[in-house]
Amino acid sequence: MTETLTETTPWGRAAHQPFGVGAPRLWHRVCRTEDLEDSWGEAALVDGVQVALFKLAGPEVYAVDQRDPATAAAVMARGIVGSRGDRPTIASPLHKQVYDLATGECYTDPSLRLPTFAVRLADGWIQVSLGAEAEAAA
Amino acid sequence: MAIHPVSSPPPEGTRRIVVVGGGPAAHRFVDALGARDGAGSFEITVLSEEEWFPYDRVALSSALAGEKDLTLGAPGFWDRPGVLLRSGQRVTAVDPGGRRVRTAAGETVPYDELVLATGSDAARPPVPGADLCRVYRTLDDVRQLAADVPRLAAELGRRPRAVVVGGGLLGLEAAGGLQKLGADSAVVHSGKWLMSAQLDEGAGQALGRLIEAQDITLHLGVRPSAFHFDGPSDGPSGGKGTGARATGVDLTDGSRLDADLVVLAIGITARDELARDTGLAVGPRGGVVIDAGCATSAPHIWAIGEVANFDGQCVGLVAPANTMAEVCVDRLLGGSATFPGFDTATKLKLSGVDVASFGDAFGATEHCLEIVYADPARGLYQKIVTTRDARTLLGGIFVGDAGPYTTLRPFLGRELAAEPGAYLSAAGGEAPETDLPDDAILCSCNNVAVGGIRDTIHAAGSCEGEAPVQDLAALKDCTRAGTQCGSCVPMLKKLLETELTRSGIAVSKALCEHFPMSRPELFEAVRVLELSSFEDILARFGTGEVATAGRGCDICKPVVASILASQRNEYVLDAGRGALQDTNDRALANMQKNGTYSVVPRIPGGEITPEKLAVIAAVAQKYSLYTKITGGQRIDLFGARLEQLPEIWKELVDAGMESGQAYGKSLRTVKSCVGSTWCRYGVQDSVGMAVQLELRYRGLRSPHKLKVGVSGCARECAEARGKDVGVIATADGWNLYVGGNGGATPAHAQLLAKDLDDETLVRYIDRYFMYYIRTADRLQRTARWQEELDGGLDHVRDVIVNDSLGIAADLEAAMARHVDSYEDEWAATLKDPERLRRFRSFVNAPDEADPTIVSVLERGQPRPATAEESAAGPVHLSGPVIPVRKA
Repeated sequence: MTETLTETTPWGRAAHQPFGVGAPRLWHRVCRTEDLEDSWGEAALVDGVQVALFKLAGPEVYAVDQRDPATAAAVMARGIVGSRGDRPTIASPLHKQVYDLATGECYTDPSLRLPTFAVRLADGWIQVSLGAEAEAAA
Repeated sequence: MAIHPVSSPPPEGTRRIVVVGGGPAAHRFVDALGARDGAGSFEITVLSEEEWFPYDRVALSSALAGEKDLTLGAPGFWDRPGVLLRSGQRVTAVDPGGRRVRTAAGETVPYDELVLATGSDAARPPVPGADLCRVYRTLDDVRQLAADVPRLAAELGRRPRAVVVGGGLLGLEAAGGLQKLGADSAVVHSGKWLMSAQLDEGAGQALGRLIEAQDITLHLGVRPSAFHFDGPSDGPSGGKGTGARATGVDLTDGSRLDADLVVLAIGITARDELARDTGLAVGPRGGVVIDAGCATSAPHIWAIGEVANFDGQCVGLVAPANTMAEVCVDRLLGGSATFPGFDTATKLKLSGVDVASFGDAFGATEHCLEIVYADPARGLYQKIVTTRDARTLLGGIFVGDAGPYTTLRPFLGRELAAEPGAYLSAAGGEAPETDLPDDAILCSCNNVAVGGIRDTIHAAGSCEGEAPVQDLAALKDCTRAGTQCGSCVPMLKKLLETELTRSGIAVSKALCEHFPMSRPELFEAVRVLELSSFEDILARFGTGEVATAGRGCDICKPVVASILASQRNEYVLDAGRGALQDTNDRALANMQKNGTYSVVPRIPGGEITPEKLAVIAAVAQKYSLYTKITGGQRIDLFGARLEQLPEIWKELVDAGMESGQAYGKSLRTVKSCVGSTWCRYGVQDSVGMAVQLELRYRGLRSPHKLKVGVSGCARECAEARGKDVGVIATADGWNLYVGGNGGATPAHAQLLAKDLDDETLVRYIDRYFMYYIRTADRLQRTARWQEELDGGLDHVRDVIVNDSLGIAADLEAAMARHVDSYEDEWAATLKDPERLRRFRSFVNAPDEADPTIVSVLERGQPRPATAEESAAGPVHLSGPVIPVRKA
């Protein structure tokens, strides 16, 4: 399944916890870039966490929480990728709330927010870090 | 003016209102009282002698032509609390002292306020035999006529000869309708020209030429002097099949017309017998005399509609009846509204001939100017009457082209924005775009002023809370403008667009920020240029910089996906098209609330073998799927996880089943009753036809879902008129109905064509579906599409049946391409490993089940666990496969 690139930490679902200052970033190797079709999201299991991965032309890759913030159903990878102005977006497949793929901000309902994960490309691999939402945004 | 003291409320705090008569006036009265009496302080009983719900008499001619539903008001109108409609109840006596009425059945009904809305009867001339003639007045009359013509044709072995007495609005409608039904019509009219009450000589002659062009014979300036009948004279000709049959009509010029059917349409006689017996004041020529508040001469008795005599006349038009109803309601609620007098503006379309007359049509005003354009050769006549300075509009007449009527009508009594000649479209005039004043009446049937409509659009005084009403259908519902004769709808649409543009709400037809055009425009562009990918389409038609940087969105991507599917019918998930698909299409299954899917195999026509049922049952057991019968006569299997879909479908496809496309904006089901094969009443093989249609149109993607129903007889057990396309068997073939749907705003399908053979039926449906697919907006169902098309159903009929746009062959060819290229999407998926990859649960764990999907048992079947149940721990039946039997 996922290959952990550095040591596992006891944080578990770190995306939902503040990332400790100075803590080592943990990259999980998830899949090859060619495993993903452009704009066709797929779910991935990353250390037990469901992540929605999107590869856009470029390539640019984004990783967000697979759970729909409005309903908690694990479906976000099956939404439609799009853009608002120059921002990349993902629309929930259930009720079509539109989120910024990079920041998780919701354009249609400001009370919602979609957790995002840091992601990088290395040697043709897509790697995701679960714990660094805050850092990823910085 | 006499204003009655209104009775004090009875102890319960409600006042009992009895309305005698169940026509449009009664309907409007109940509607208006319901709308204004928020407190529910009235209890209304409507006693109607007709068996029908109040219906739209203005549209009677369409009942003659077909089976259009003329019922007024939305379904459920009469189900509201505090309102009781009792049909088939004739009131025979009023006791004004005791405040009660008695019915023919001997029942006594008490009232606090009595409203007479008994309407009128067709007038009969004092000529021998007149009592045996047919009339053109009620739905029953019209249905009788519609039955007479084919019966007479069969008996006589030739086209029956119909003589219509009266060359006014109703007479011409009747003559045109009878002609269409297969009779040779003649019109006898005492005036020197047709519609002599509304039209001047020039207009009447233009109209006469147009009517004669339809092979209707005119006998002008003569009256009937005797009607001749054969056989027992115990009732109107042919009544119940036993009465006398007409043979001829003697005219006052000494000539005689042969006739097999005689219809009287010479005007109305108020149904004032109840008022006379009660001792109310009636006019010298009939009608219950009312004051401007609709009060009669007796306290607590009111009169509205055609029975009411105001200023010495009764008028048989719906607009004044509506106004009276509103005035009466206002009075009952303590207001002081007054009836402004009769608005006799008329506009009608008579088998394709436009006629309109309004205001001072005859130029009776002193020193008025008449600006006329007449072209006898083309059957055109247009006249505008203005004040001497040619500035203020006093009235007008239009024959042949009534286009300017809707523009001019609201300016009656006001200054025109241009010189009058500019409004004569037949003369090449082009009326300037001008703003209508707030107090101008846009819809004269319902007396709706421009200002009120503007308020509704801008959410001030809107009837849907504070939300602005910004689409045409909602605006019509809310303001009631355009809901009666419909002639003001083009103006209403224009007003709506003008107001929205002005307030900065783009009436832009843009799909979204990525495409500046509407779906139909995009469809056409893609078709002409034969584009095949979203990227090409965006690059070509995308908005500005978006075209290069943009990625589309959840609006435009599914639209493009649907357009490409409709035009090219290629596997929807290949070549980047997968990323365009909406939620359900993406997985070729219907996503449910917990992210699982439901699976619906196609069951054409609802016909299925026990063997296939057993396969469905086995699959449901093996994968723990919840099963439910759908409304479309199929079986829905719920709770399949994404990665289970291919294996489930493999079993179904191996057993000979295919995708039911329940997930697509596409043809869903063709529902059928069991038809003549089994049913004692069936007249055609409805199941066979349903199977044929479902197999023909399966997989057809469209702007919204499409449903079809086929009934084997007029009992309509398949509920076909609730479908986009409804097919109902007749003894001679099939009647085709279009534009029905259920959902939030249900609509009955409307009759498009009658008695079609199988081949013509299929051809018309081919054309209808393809025309809809090409021209409808995104997510617009057929009912709304038909309503918003310029020309409505008539236009659709012109295009589909008469091929008025010359595209019928093209539409059929497009459908033929679809039929030829159909391939079952699930079979296509299963045979290609690259396609199957799209159904993995996780890119890095393709067969791992989503651990968050949890089910519990309810009534012996699984259902998604609630959040609380999930949190409570493992008391549930969990998602993974529960093997029933190892094959």
